[in-house]
Amino acid sequence: MTAETHEQPGRRGLTLARRQALWAWAFLALPVVFYVLIRFYPTAQAFWLSLTDWDLMSKPEFIGLENYRQMLADPVFWKVFKNTFLYLIIGTPLSLLMSFAIAYYLDKTRFLHGFLRALYFVPYITTAAAMAWVWRWFYQPAPTGLINDLLGSFGFAQIPFLKSTTWALPSILVTAIWAGLGFQIIIFLAGLRAIPTTYYEAARIDGLGEGAILRRITLPLLKPTMVFLVVFSSIGFLRIFDQVYNMTSNDPGGPLNSTKPLVLMIYQTAFSSYDMGYAAAQTVVLFTILLIVSLLQLWVMRDRA
Amino acid sequence: MSDGSHWMHRVSPGATLRWTVLFIGGLIMITPLLYMFSSSLKPGADIYDLRLIPARATLDNYRAVLSDGRFMRWFLNSTFIATCVTLSTLFFDSLVGYTLAKFRFRGRQLVFIAILSTLMIPTEMLVIPWYLLSAQLGWIDSYWGIMFPGMMTGFGTFLMKQFFETVPDDFLEAARIDGLSEFAIWWRVAMPLVTPALSALAIFAFLGNWTAFFWPLIVTTSQELYTLPIGLSSFAVEAAIKWEMIMTGAALATIPTLIVFLVLQRYIVRGVMLAGLKG
Repeated sequence: MTAETHEQPGRRGLTLARRQALWAWAFLALPVVFYVLIRFYPTAQAFWLSLTDWDLMSKPEFIGLENYRQMLADPVFWKVFKNTFLYLIIGTPLSLLMSFAIAYYLDKTRFLHGFLRALYFVPYITTAAAMAWVWRWFYQPAPTGLINDLLGSFGFAQIPFLKSTTWALPSILVTAIWAGLGFQIIIFLAGLRAIPTTYYEAARIDGLGEGAILRRITLPLLKPTMVFLVVFSSIGFLRIFDQVYNMTSNDPGGPLNSTKPLVLMIYQTAFSSYDMGYAAAQTVVLFTILLIVSLLQLWVMRDRA
Repeated sequence: MSDGSHWMHRVSPGATLRWTVLFIGGLIMITPLLYMFSSSLKPGADIYDLRLIPARATLDNYRAVLSDGRFMRWFLNSTFIATCVTLSTLFFDSLVGYTLAKFRFRGRQLVFIAILSTLMIPTEMLVIPWYLLSAQLGWIDSYWGIMFPGMMTGFGTFLMKQFFETVPDDFLEAARIDGLSEFAIWWRVAMPLVTPALSALAIFAFLGNWTAFFWPLIVTTSQELYTLPIGLSSFAVEAAIKWEMIMTGAALATIPTLIVFLVLQRYIVRGVMLAGLKG
């Protein structure tokens, strides 16, 4: 229904279209103020702050691109950049492969399907700050830590999980993958269920085996689901913070910055060093990376629109 | 799919193997939770006994944690904040979603695109300006300071708009002829028609705020204002870690979400699917 077709005098001498517009803006007034003040103005402010030197005490001083120059010359930034991409490059493919395999077989399973699905999904709804403690406890040296205790009883050497610069990042990554797997499985299950069963029946009549059906029907038809999950999980790993902070909270991002992701660097630059301008510049870098990932998704999915 | 429907009559070895492997995998997934609950029931001296079933089960840890006033306070803070933010999100996101779906006015498309574009802005970019705003207005270390950034969400607005678009215009038109005000039409006619979407949004908002970490960590400074996740993470500063106490705290933080999950499992799974496919 378009406004024109209802252009009749309403109550109080207003046309319906006019009345509708008034109501609409009355409903939107507070939300518009909220989005401008709490979303758009702060975004602009972050861009502007990234061009200033500011310690919260004195007035912000405009320094152009100096923060970005400092970032490019900062070895900690590059270390953090590398860590963030390690979380992404290992975490995304590994978690997608696992969640697809689980969802693929779970979809074929009817017996206690809901119960099995619940087992896989439960970790997703837990609190990172709480579960990080459980994982830290697992990773402790023997006799406290479960994993090292098991390794010891089978005669293997101890692994200094969170205390080693090589082991700490993978150890945290395991926790992060564990926490996100349930969500991905549910999305894959939804994608699998959306494929019409007639496709499978036709393929079986044509004599295709399970492997061929998977390759020629299931995987191609799951492409939208895959793209969504690749983007969603990439963004998640690029923004990783809760697990890292909570599993290394004696020395956040340690040992020796070996687990520190970009968001933790932002947090420390802003709220430990109070170097607001430099921190804002780091958030602009994060924003740019996330924007590129989102635009890639739109580009990959462009023929579906 | 079809081969599993007669599992009671004929179970192939392949299907049995598949089920067993999936079950073992599922057990591995909940192992951290099982050990958390198991340790929370063990007396401190038994913490090194790694058997899953406690040799001596006791609720002493729970009594100790709950009688420590701080934990109860954090628990109530989290409950209060998550409830308030969820109610606000439900109200405003559905009001805005409804307006964008059902009203025709100049600027509608612009408002929609603007709100949708906020999904692209990461929270991390906004926290520094939010912090400055809070510092200027005295919101640091207050409930409102923790709550204000989440009072409305682009995601919820988008979700609700999609659902309000499925509500037939005739229903609203009939109510209009009956003389209902536009607000009453939204609240009493349109809202009851989208309860599945509202319940999904409510669950997301509540769980999201219950587990929120980054902003509450920044904006709270005193222990009285901590939310449960911030309180739990603050234990790291205390030198000697009592694992059985930490596990009890973690268990207490997990129990409410587990209850929500067990009661609303159907809605949560459907909500995740819904959000995933629309998103």
